[in-house]
Amino acid sequence: MKVNHYLEDKLLFFEITEELDHHVVERIRKRADYEIQRFMPKKVIFDFRRVGFMDSAGIGLIIGRYKTASLYGGSVELINVNEKVKKIFEMSGVLKIIPIVDDFSSEQTG
Amino acid sequence: MNKNNIKNEMKIEFSSKSANEAFARISVAAFASQLDPTIEEIADIKTSVSEAVTNSIIHAYPNKDGIVKLRATLLEDEIEIEVSDTGEGIENIEQAREPLFTTKGNLERSGMGFTIMENFMDKLKVESIVGLGTKVTMSKKIKNKSLENTY
Repeated sequence: MKVNHYLEDKLLFFEITEELDHHVVERIRKRADYEIQRFMPKKVIFDFRRVGFMDSAGIGLIIGRYKTASLYGGSVELINVNEKVKKIFEMSGVLKIIPIVDDFSSEQTG
Repeated sequence: MNKNNIKNEMKIEFSSKSANEAFARISVAAFASQLDPTIEEIADIKTSVSEAVTNSIIHAYPNKDGIVKLRATLLEDEIEIEVSDTGEGIENIEQAREPLFTTKGNLERSGMGFTIMENFMDKLKVESIVGLGTKVTMSKKIKNKSLENTY
């Protein structure tokens, strides 16, 4: 998982670079929470560009980080989610509170 | 299942360590490739195996290491997968299969495991005896893609 901070917009950007299963989620959850608590972002963005595989552990990861970000008044959005992963999120209903955004501007992600 | 139709079969046993979740789903995917499945079908199988194996690792053996058994059978146009353990077992299977139901909310489990298996596979059977273990059997038809293969 790569982490980028955008100070001006209080934006925290996570690019997930692993297959998202229970094993991986256990490892990256703490790092994500540490960054959120330290940076207290207005918005947390998870980039799924490089996530080729995800099971239900990914749902738990995103909901958990949503809870952490909410403590500091922040929201969570997802970008570049492939169809397969999107289907899994849709089944859980989580997209109602954590939307997939299509038009995140590229200059912000570098 | 008619035994005469079995084309191929494999069995793997491994420790209930979370690092083996990827090993399990990749093994089954590689084995299933003999049926010439689509990328979509392979993805469905990988996700379902990952869910079943993770369940055994988390729920069957919460405080100790155990053995997870994985068996896959290839039929003419179908794969059957069995994931079993000799762990704690499930008290209420019907409840466990409900979407969003979880006993491990503290571990950030979403309760979507069985729902995903049901959606991605054609058949799902869950058998469990408390104190003895759980066996999940699931199967999926693989469409012959030789006619629609475009690459």
